[in-house]
Amino acid sequence: MKRFSWTLTATSAFSVFLAADAFAATELGWWHAMTGANNEVVEQLAKEFNESQSAYKVVPVFKGTYPETLNAGIAAFRSKQAPAILQVFDAGSGVMLGAEGAIVPVAEVLQKGGYEFNKDQYLPGIVSYYSKADGTMLSFPYNSSSPILYYNKDAFTKAGLNAEKPPATWPEVFDAAKKIKASGASACGITSTWLTWIQTENFAAWNNVPYGTNENGLAGPNVELKIDAPLFVQHFQSIADLAKDGTFRYGGRTSEAKQLFTSGECAILTESSGGLGDIIKSGVNYGIGQLPYYEGNGPQNTIPGGASLWVFAGKSDDEYKGVAEFFNFLSKTEIQARLHQVSGYLPVTLAAYDETKKSGFYEKNPGRETPIKQMMGKAPTENSKGVRLVNLPQVRDILNEEFEAMLSGQKDAQSALSDGVKKANAAIAAAVSN
Amino acid sequence: MQPVVFPNKILPYLLLAPQIVLTVVFFFWPASQALYQSVLREDPFGLKSGFVGLANFRTILSDPAYLHSLNVTAVFSLATALLSMAVALLLAASADRVVRGRNVYRTLLIWPYAVAPAVAGMLWLFMFNPAMGTFAYLLRRNGFVWDPLLNGNQAMLLVIVAAAWKQISYNFLFFVAGLQAIPKSLIEAASIDGARGTKRFWTIVFPLLAPTTFFLLVVNTVYAFFDTFGIIHAVTGGGPAKATETLVYKVYNDGFVNLDLGGSAAQSVILMVIVVALTAFQFRFVEKRVHYS
Repeated sequence: MKRFSWTLTATSAFSVFLAADAFAATELGWWHAMTGANNEVVEQLAKEFNESQSAYKVVPVFKGTYPETLNAGIAAFRSKQAPAILQVFDAGSGVMLGAEGAIVPVAEVLQKGGYEFNKDQYLPGIVSYYSKADGTMLSFPYNSSSPILYYNKDAFTKAGLNAEKPPATWPEVFDAAKKIKASGASACGITSTWLTWIQTENFAAWNNVPYGTNENGLAGPNVELKIDAPLFVQHFQSIADLAKDGTFRYGGRTSEAKQLFTSGECAILTESSGGLGDIIKSGVNYGIGQLPYYEGNGPQNTIPGGASLWVFAGKSDDEYKGVAEFFNFLSKTEIQARLHQVSGYLPVTLAAYDETKKSGFYEKNPGRETPIKQMMGKAPTENSKGVRLVNLPQVRDILNEEFEAMLSGQKDAQSALSDGVKKANAAIAAAVSN
Repeated sequence: MQPVVFPNKILPYLLLAPQIVLTVVFFFWPASQALYQSVLREDPFGLKSGFVGLANFRTILSDPAYLHSLNVTAVFSLATALLSMAVALLLAASADRVVRGRNVYRTLLIWPYAVAPAVAGMLWLFMFNPAMGTFAYLLRRNGFVWDPLLNGNQAMLLVIVAAAWKQISYNFLFFVAGLQAIPKSLIEAASIDGARGTKRFWTIVFPLLAPTTFFLLVVNTVYAFFDTFGIIHAVTGGGPAKATETLVYKVYNDGFVNLDLGGSAAQSVILMVIVVALTAFQFRFVEKRVHYS
């Protein structure tokens, strides 16, 4: 008992000491979902920021996967323990936006810190995705990515295809996949990660067809999905047909299919540009092409994936000032340029993009500019600014279930898509009425 | 039995207090919160909420996905409980007959119980994941179409085997203890009467094991209902196309992924009722057929 009370005294003395230390600088919690090399970047950035000044201290905390981090943030807000900054993935943006009163728009935070938010500094595709319909920037685009095509050059050569010229349209891709499978160059022709993000959300934007009504939700929360339109049915039926003999292989709902490509089992992969690191590490002789499209529709522009940083409401003015300082630090050209080159995510400011171009990075690393060009190529239309639903994670789940039923041969593309649209619309209506 | 009388009036309550505090904090309080949440409709952040009466329950009970999940849970729980108990009984009966190295076998067989559900799930996933699993590769090479990512039955089989495997040790432990408690004289008497191994097992050993078997049935059902979340989360995530979405998994998914807190709370209330009813049923009807010596 005596020893216990000693420990207790020592511990409380220590925590008083810690508290005194923290008193000097305002602490800003930053909850994130970055693992591996990307986690090191987060730690490094926080360290550099903390060393650059003494008034604020950013404390990064890893909270699990993207959805887990979002849930942790929500739970913390409910118990009034929210961090200042929360990293939220693309699909969670609508959830955060729906929570007026829980968040403070980044434009406002920057103003509180004496900075002006100038949207011309940022890549247009990204800034419109993270803004309200009236143009107010809501969250800070920390890491953005865009889906691209990876292909196995060795398998292309073996199958008698041109290894230096990746197929550009979906029919060409499917043909190539069939040839690869038939020639035995690899066991499977094509696979894709994130069927929802790549084959519906980005597919719609890239081919300039609506994903849903109300500008895919950017103009208002009441959305009805439009992904049972003929172009989607044609596309998914082609995939379902290829799945029958294993020319297309399903990997899972998120990025699991990447392993099918890195193991050499599948020769073509559509996946986030952020997945590049693992593909390089695997040693596959890969090439990069832009995301395929359908002739007569695309290519328009892709929409950003990845994540952005949201600021919770209910903090002190001093804390908001600190967050503004930190965001200003993150927007610096040298930081953004480094972030882009190290992590494979897109630079979010135009200056960082120009800087990287000038440095000759893209000549040395061909293909690394593809995701940016895809997003920047054309001014976004109402179909291609992005997708925002108050319950996008749930809608993705609903669609994934339908895709799984379709790929296992229980349904054809038409009924899978119409069933998915019906269920998703009901879920959206229920979520909006909450 | 004579009623026990404690001379001290306060001491028994003091001794009980820690258990009561635990029950209140970890059961009654969350359960009451679930009850309260289940009649509300609330946005994820708790900014605004409204009383909706039983609307959440009506929505759930008329949802085909919920009924499907009920079905999945029944199949999963029954199969998991039966499989793990049957294998454990077989192993216990075999270990009982081993003469040399008996303790080594027993110790080794208990190990899997120390593995956390999520880890057990990962273990099986690594063996049978179609993208990277060793066994999945072997199966495919031998011409067997193994794809639990799309084939619901194979996915179900995988989670059942993983969940049952983890529970075998626990069941084994109880069966071994149960077997040791059976008087040798009874078995010897049966042998003298000419009953062979199998006959002896079914007529003498199995009936005498009934209390243990019944206890394990209750425990395993509750285990399959509640403690298998980690395995399902790691192996299938409820998929493909909801094929392995049990009631508990659906509570999690609707509450924490789909952020429908009211609906999720209503589901956990229903789940609570189901488990209470199931346990009551087991004690009321199944226990009648159990002989305690």
